[in-house]
Amino acid sequence: MSEIVLEGRNIVRDYHVAGGLFGKAKTVRAVKGVSFTLEKGKTLAIVGESGCGKSTLGRILTLIDPQSEGELLIDGKPINIAKDRVTPEMRRKVQIIFQNPYGSLNPRQKIGEVLGEPLLLNTNKTAAERRELAMQMLVKVGLGPEHYNRYPHMFSGGQRQRIAIARALMLSPSLLVLDEPVSALDLSVQAQVLNLLADLQDEFNLTYVFISHDLSVVRYIADEVMVMYYGEVVEYGTREEVFSNPQHSYTKTLFAATPKSDVASIKARLEKKKAAA
Amino acid sequence: MTKLLEIKNLSVGFDTSSGQFMAVQGIDLSVDAREVLAIVGESGSGKSVAMLAVMGLLPKTATVTADIMTFNGHDMLTMTSKQRREIVGRDVAMIFQEPMASLNPCFTVGFQLEEVLRFHMKMDGKARRKRAIELLELVGIPTPAERLNSFPHQMSGGQCQRVMIAIAIACNPKLLIADEPTTALDVTIQKQILDLLVKLQAEHGMGLIMITHDMGVVAETADRVIVQYKGRKMEEADVLSLFESPKSPYTRALLSALPENATGDRLSTVADFMKNEAANAGVAP
Repeated sequence: MSEIVLEGRNIVRDYHVAGGLFGKAKTVRAVKGVSFTLEKGKTLAIVGESGCGKSTLGRILTLIDPQSEGELLIDGKPINIAKDRVTPEMRRKVQIIFQNPYGSLNPRQKIGEVLGEPLLLNTNKTAAERRELAMQMLVKVGLGPEHYNRYPHMFSGGQRQRIAIARALMLSPSLLVLDEPVSALDLSVQAQVLNLLADLQDEFNLTYVFISHDLSVVRYIADEVMVMYYGEVVEYGTREEVFSNPQHSYTKTLFAATPKSDVASIKARLEKKKAAA
Repeated sequence: MTKLLEIKNLSVGFDTSSGQFMAVQGIDLSVDAREVLAIVGESGSGKSVAMLAVMGLLPKTATVTADIMTFNGHDMLTMTSKQRREIVGRDVAMIFQEPMASLNPCFTVGFQLEEVLRFHMKMDGKARRKRAIELLELVGIPTPAERLNSFPHQMSGGQCQRVMIAIAIACNPKLLIADEPTTALDVTIQKQILDLLVKLQAEHGMGLIMITHDMGVVAETADRVIVQYKGRKMEEADVLSLFESPKSPYTRALLSALPENATGDRLSTVADFMKNEAANAGVAP
């Protein structure tokens, strides 16, 4: 058995909605007891529709939000940011990449500063060292050193997502949470970014938590799949298990809703249409 | 039979500080009534711009030229903007990608829906209200009468898109242009919206143009497909032959970039394809 990087034990997250003049305060349980383990170098995909709690779970894993109940273990160490201060070493281990590369980069920050900032905040490296590392990282994600002094608006969506990936990798994390990293991108750019992610995973032995609602992407990238529905895990297993033999009705609905682009299903659709006309 | 929309040799250029940029270069396109045409391409391929030119929604910096551009017998090129306003919104309607951004946040859904009816159909208040409820019911919004008083922020993305569709079909248009109608939505909602569009198209005998970059959406809805790249048409075929035996190398590249068609560990990308093309032609990319 290889080492386990990430483990969740019955993680729960409640949001408290404050009461108004007439409304009563209430509690929304966004994540209802999620448990899982993830080995080093593997990819766990979390699938579900908007509002199912998959991003909330992602934020808990990235130490942005505390869990309300349950235990989170990173590299075997339990951590609860509501109680303990997070050490810089902990912060360095987990990084996140957000869905919208247009929103997640500061428009007034040059790319060099974007990449240097995590080092500035978390390490004691000198400006020259930070610059050197940022340049190297730009090359690794398929951009060039000449991009160091440019601003985010000068890049396309795919390039910006590469910058976001580069920023996340600056602290050499062991775990990367990817919150819908390719759903804002075009098909061909999506393929490039997915290839890049696969290459980086091999090179740095990264562990990915891949949040997505696109099953065709999940089938391509994931080792293990977790399907969430209204805050609960309705299906959890290896990719082969989930895709070949979905158990829960919601998983089946998801499969049925995914557009099929094979010739046989197009034929079936056209014939159905002809019959209806 | 005459075509519903016929365009020959359409070009659109934008004046920029570094000279003119040609977004669309010599596109021919036609749609029949009761037909679903899909226009596929990456961002920047000029697929939206071509349709915005038809609607007359481009900014002043754009220059539109075409040999023929007729809709239902009207010449769209020589038409005054007043005549165009009467057709656009009534006979041709468009649905945009971002439902949240295309509805006005300051007005209720009902107001925005009734605005179209007032302007184009000259209906009185009572008839408008009735028709608005009817439309919301048609696009599958529960409790339509109450929903008329909702503001866009009180509805989900999928519901807003349904409202957009209701506004678009309010005057029984002959042609509906859907510009990436499901890109911002979840798969389950996407399925519902696509089914709804195809159902409405069949029931009302509309022509439907789907602009998309998603080959899956094409496979689920289209009769005929145009593949566009950098403002030029690469291929035009009916949907079955496009997926069965794509002729243009670019279409093949697009299809192989689909994750479900992945062979081995890597996805092939369109950039790889362009490099190979250039290598074969013996020129630098």
